[in-house]
Amino acid sequence: MRNKLLALATLLPVSIFAAEEAAAEAAEKVLTLDVGNTAWVLTATALVMLMTPAGLALFYGGMSRSKNLLNTIAMSVMGYIVASIVWVIAGYTLAFGTDINGVIGFDSLFMSGIKVTDIWATGNIPVLLFAAFQMTFAGITVALASGAIIERLKFSTWMIFAAIWVLVVYAPIAHWVWGGGFLSTLGVLDFAGGTVVHINAGVAGLVMCLMLGKRADFGKAMFPSSVTLTVLGASLLWFGWFGFNAGSELGADGIAASAFLVTNTAAAIAALAWMLVEYVTYKKFTLLGIASGIVAGLVAITPAAGFVDTSAALIIGAIAGIVAFYGVNGLKKALKYDDSLDAFGIHGIAGIWGALATGIFANPEVNELGKGLLYGNPDQVLIQVEGIVVTIVYTAIATAIVFKIASILTAGARVEADEESQGLDEVAHGEKSFNIR
Amino acid sequence: MKKIESIIKPFKLEDVKDALAELDITGMTVSEVKGYGRQQGHSELYRGAEYVVDFLPKIKIEVVVVDELVDKVIEVIVKSARTGKIGDGKIFVSDVEKSVRIRTGEMDNEAI
Repeated sequence: MRNKLLALATLLPVSIFAAEEAAAEAAEKVLTLDVGNTAWVLTATALVMLMTPAGLALFYGGMSRSKNLLNTIAMSVMGYIVASIVWVIAGYTLAFGTDINGVIGFDSLFMSGIKVTDIWATGNIPVLLFAAFQMTFAGITVALASGAIIERLKFSTWMIFAAIWVLVVYAPIAHWVWGGGFLSTLGVLDFAGGTVVHINAGVAGLVMCLMLGKRADFGKAMFPSSVTLTVLGASLLWFGWFGFNAGSELGADGIAASAFLVTNTAAAIAALAWMLVEYVTYKKFTLLGIASGIVAGLVAITPAAGFVDTSAALIIGAIAGIVAFYGVNGLKKALKYDDSLDAFGIHGIAGIWGALATGIFANPEVNELGKGLLYGNPDQVLIQVEGIVVTIVYTAIATAIVFKIASILTAGARVEADEESQGLDEVAHGEKSFNIR
Repeated sequence: MKKIESIIKPFKLEDVKDALAELDITGMTVSEVKGYGRQQGHSELYRGAEYVVDFLPKIKIEVVVVDELVDKVIEVIVKSARTGKIGDGKIFVSDVEKSVRIRTGEMDNEAI
């Protein structure tokens, strides 16, 4: 979606050379700024920003125990902050700089050479705005992974991990899918980040929780500090997600409007589906389940948002709520890993489903760039599988290496046993989430 | 003098307080406590993980009264705190050796 010209070229029966020529011609053409698109993407960028230090922080924070609430929030907040800094230093150019063999991008560090008048070819918005919009995606992706490893990780390890991970894991995958790399050449459809953001974060979380080990109290009663905060966080995520999905069109147009609507539809039906499956299983309508379902639906519709119609969104969302419920309640229990807040169970599982569903339901009447199985293009599903597999394999291996490096640099990733029992709010931050007196 | 300690359901506090006020009981001490009896705890469900909460929140009311009032006070508390469901609580009565009103130095029955 990021580069319509390249994406369009891959759909046409033309050689790679012709595609490159077309891209070169387009680059030479003088681009003029589109005011409406620029206004919308500026707004969307602010919406996506809100998702991490407010939405995700509260969503995750409310699920952690009260002695670790601040630490859990801090992981999201600092994840965003660290990503913001490394993104302008090197992340942006690695992801969206001039392509080098389909593997990575590069122009220059520190955003140097990008003028305020430079225009991004898709959407005719300032390049600097495109870079800012993409920065918010890098920030939330690394923060999402933190959900798997809360309540036992050293804060210093987390910050170092986040900085390296954005450059070594996030930026290359963003380049492959959106920056003109080999997965976009292959024709992988990912409107707003099913592979780049959600599968990536989910798998990274899973790898880290396996390396870090379970919490000492895993399996015992661990009460969430506040379901209220979690629901507020999920609602802020939902709100920001309109910027995430409708903003990824990089334009104020019909596809953005369609992406906006299907995003809401999928979130709503997924919440309903999760709640009902949970009711059938446990006889309670839990609000935590409803909030989890909202997020599962948002995750699944993300790669599909600009490609599918509303009836597809109903199916994608409903299935997302159900598979994520079983990802959380079945898979984790069966395999006994401590993915504490279900980063993999929700983002990994619903992300994989969403990426596949995009290959099934992409409707060319919604967006000419995407044609799925149901519209006579079964190959799209295989292409999606390839995108999913490449993302999983690369993220798993590269995350393991980055986590190991961060762990070595901070003399071990895990806090001491007594610190874990004391709670990381006090140990790492010297503060308490609530002082009720 | 006797001390009557009642462990009751929190939402029954107002009823019990009003009923005792009608008996001209002029003071009481109330604490928020936790515990369990035959009711045991209850369970909470978070993303499919069911946790048992062993200790339930209760209210403890302590009143000290002259011996003659004990039966009447017990009767009133039982009546006002009862719901008929498990977990209504318990009442314990014990002897009090001495009491002093700090402001005036009054002792025993004058001090309650």
